[in-house]
Amino acid sequence: MYNFFFYAVPEHFPFLLQGALVTVELSLISMLLGTLLGFFLAVGRLSARRALRWPLDAFVEVVRDTPLIVQLLLIYFSLPEAGIVLSAFWAGIAGLTLNLAAYLSEVFRAAIVAVDKGQREAAISLGMSPVAVYCRVIIPQAALASLPTLGGYFIALLKDCSLVSFISVNELLRHATIVISDTFDSMDTYIMVAIIYFMMSFISARIIRYVEVWLTPSNRRATLSVPLTMDKEGAR
Amino acid sequence: MTGPKPPVLTVRQLRKTFQGNAVLRGVDLSLHEGEIACLIGPSGTGKSTILRCLNFLEQPDGGEITFFGQYLCAEDGNSNIFRIAPPRVLQAARARMPMVFQHFNLFSHRTVMENVVEGQVVVLRRGRAEARDRARDCLARVGMLERADFYPDQLSGGQKQRVAIARALAMSPALILFDEPTSALDPQLVQEVQGVIRDLSAEGMTMLIVTHEMRFVRSIAHTVHFCEGGRIAESGAAADIFGPNAPPRIQTFMEVAHG
Repeated sequence: MYNFFFYAVPEHFPFLLQGALVTVELSLISMLLGTLLGFFLAVGRLSARRALRWPLDAFVEVVRDTPLIVQLLLIYFSLPEAGIVLSAFWAGIAGLTLNLAAYLSEVFRAAIVAVDKGQREAAISLGMSPVAVYCRVIIPQAALASLPTLGGYFIALLKDCSLVSFISVNELLRHATIVISDTFDSMDTYIMVAIIYFMMSFISARIIRYVEVWLTPSNRRATLSVPLTMDKEGAR
Repeated sequence: MTGPKPPVLTVRQLRKTFQGNAVLRGVDLSLHEGEIACLIGPSGTGKSTILRCLNFLEQPDGGEITFFGQYLCAEDGNSNIFRIAPPRVLQAARARMPMVFQHFNLFSHRTVMENVVEGQVVVLRRGRAEARDRARDCLARVGMLERADFYPDQLSGGQKQRVAIARALAMSPALILFDEPTSALDPQLVQEVQGVIRDLSAEGMTMLIVTHEMRFVRSIAHTVHFCEGGRIAESGAAADIFGPNAPPRIQTFMEVAHG
């Protein structure tokens, strides 16, 4: 205990936090890219064109059926043989992005399909073009519906980032390994790592929850300038 | 160019088949400016399908629809080629004959005001300020202006339907299609929606209404079309259809429908 608070924490916590910063960077960038890619994957997979649908389906299947760590190793160690050399950091981003996109495309696809068909019909019957129907009605509603799931994936991603330590990205877990090889104090170090992960996840979960509530239409309660009991009078 | 005005909408021999099941077997119909026509008849006779074919929510399989003299679909009698107008033409036509649905279908992610503004801005390319003015006007006409900032899930069924009517009105329509507008409502809410439709009739709005509410039909319709077996079996002025000399099959239907 004494050792933990008066030696391990002051000595190594800042170094671990530096690693955590990289973890956050990895997460944010992959989340952003993965969400965009996942969205386009979902739209592509809903396309009527088989030539578009099949390769995308195959891609998602392959990514989901192989472990992330294997994908990361492939990208970092095998792609250079094909002439594509990525730094450890960007190899990590690439792996995390592809992985997240594959999973999110399923989420988005389900959300798009689940939008009530009456919404589509209402939009069409006002004379909207198919693109307008999609952009103005279907996508916004699907996005709202997938938000809670998206939050869950983000927190999972934050923790999946620890896997990129295997390809030598200097993120939180790798910094921990460095500390341990220096001090042999694995217990104190891993406790600090766990605490940092917990804090990051906990704070993200709060932020996501807040965004979710803020974006949900029924939670954006209208300012009731007129009390609800006016119904009778409003009716004819 | 004088003489009687051509009809707003003409339908000839409209046909529609769902998986081998012929739902419409040749519907003929015409609608003039200011006319209120009601489609009545037993369930499953294709009344709603007629409406949904008119604005191409369903693609008809044959026949002819003209809207203000423009073909939306047509077939060549000799060669049997059936053609549907290009999407742009259909979209323009839909904007001029918006539909009011049984289940309202208000955009759930938008407020009442935004629901009514949406079509004007996206389809008619009106400016936002103009669209909001028009929306305010339309919402006032259906008595929903006080609810402008509410979301659909904060409204009762009757209120939702009134907003849906305002959304249609905002498009400055030549014709409004009503697909069983009161069928999903509690009995006490039916009146408020019917009241709004009645107000529109007083203003001369052209309307085509599918409904099962016979008392309402009797009080509002100029023309009544009785559907049976995928065709319009009887058509007539409301007074004739509901009069003592109504065709027998309509009398039978009325007895069952209304008692």
